[in-house]
Amino acid sequence: MRFGVVRFPGTCDDVDALDACAKVGDAEILWHGDRELRGVDAVVIPGGFSYGDYLRVGAIARFSPVMESVMAFARDGGPVLGICNGFQVLCEAGLLPGALLPNVGLRFICRQVGVVVERTDTAFTSACEPGQVLSIPVKHTTGRYFAPDPAALEAAGQVVLRYAHDGNPNGSTNDIAGVCNERRNVVGLMPHPEHAVDELLGSADGLTLFESAARVPVV
Amino acid sequence: MRARVLVRPKAGILDPQGIAVERALPALGFQGVQNVHVGRLIELDVEDPAQLDDMCRKLLVNPLIEDYEVVPDASRPALGPSQSDAPGADGTKG
Repeated sequence: MRFGVVRFPGTCDDVDALDACAKVGDAEILWHGDRELRGVDAVVIPGGFSYGDYLRVGAIARFSPVMESVMAFARDGGPVLGICNGFQVLCEAGLLPGALLPNVGLRFICRQVGVVVERTDTAFTSACEPGQVLSIPVKHTTGRYFAPDPAALEAAGQVVLRYAHDGNPNGSTNDIAGVCNERRNVVGLMPHPEHAVDELLGSADGLTLFESAARVPVV
Repeated sequence: MRARVLVRPKAGILDPQGIAVERALPALGFQGVQNVHVGRLIELDVEDPAQLDDMCRKLLVNPLIEDYEVVPDASRPALGPSQSDAPGADGTKG
C-alpha cells in the first residue's frame, strides 16, 4: 500500500500524516504543482492553511494542478482522506457534501475529543468497530460542519464520525465530525488522526483510519 | 470596468461574527441595532462583466453557505495592472 500525502503552500501537518501512513505502508509527498500521482494507492490531503486560507478555507487549493488528478482518482474509486484543512479542500472541490464554517465560539480550539465511529463501510473506517469511540485531537477555527440537508446525509449513511458525549467543540450540524461521499471511498474529518498514532502522543486511536485504508483492495 | 462583489452568509445559517458584533455595539452605547451580519467585499477590475456571475459561482462564493450580489461601478475606471506578487494556484510560485 502506497500513500501519497499532498503538500500545498501552507500545509503544516504533512509530515505527521506521512509518518502515520508510513506506519501501515509506504508513503511519499505529492507536490501541489504536479499533476502526477505517481501511482499511489491512496491519497491523504493533510491539515494546515493551504494558500493561506485566503478567500475561504480550501477555496484556492481546490484549483491546484494536483487536485485535478485527485478528483479523477476519487471518481475512479481511489481512497482519499481529507483531514481538517484537507476536509475543507475536499468539500470545496465537491468531492464531499457540505461546507465548513467558523466555530460557533469564533475561537481556535485545540483539544482531545472523543469521536464515535458511525460507519465502518468506508475506505478509512473499515478497521474500526461500529460505535467505537476514538480519542483524537481537534485543532481548528473553521470546523463547524454544515450540510444543506442533514437528514438526507444521515439517511444516505454518509455521516462517518460524530463527536461523542455532548463534546461537539464547534457547533457542527448533528455533532458531525466526519463524512464520506456516496461511494464511501472519499472521507473527510475535522479531528486529526495523524496526531494520534502512538501512545507517546496520548493516543494511538487514529492509526485505525490508516490501517483501514491499507486493507482496501488496490484499485 | 470596476465592480464590487458583496458576499453574505446565507440567510438562516448561524453567523457568529454578526452576533458578536451585534452584542458589542450596545456595550459601546449604540442602542437599537439588530440583524447584524458580517460578510466580505471583493473589488475587482473586469474586462468582461458578463463573466462575473461565473467567477462568483466557481471561486469567489461558496453558494452552499453564501449569497452574493454583483454591483457594477461604471462611474469608476479600472485601476490598471495589479501590483501583486502573491502566489497563485497555478503552482508557479510558492
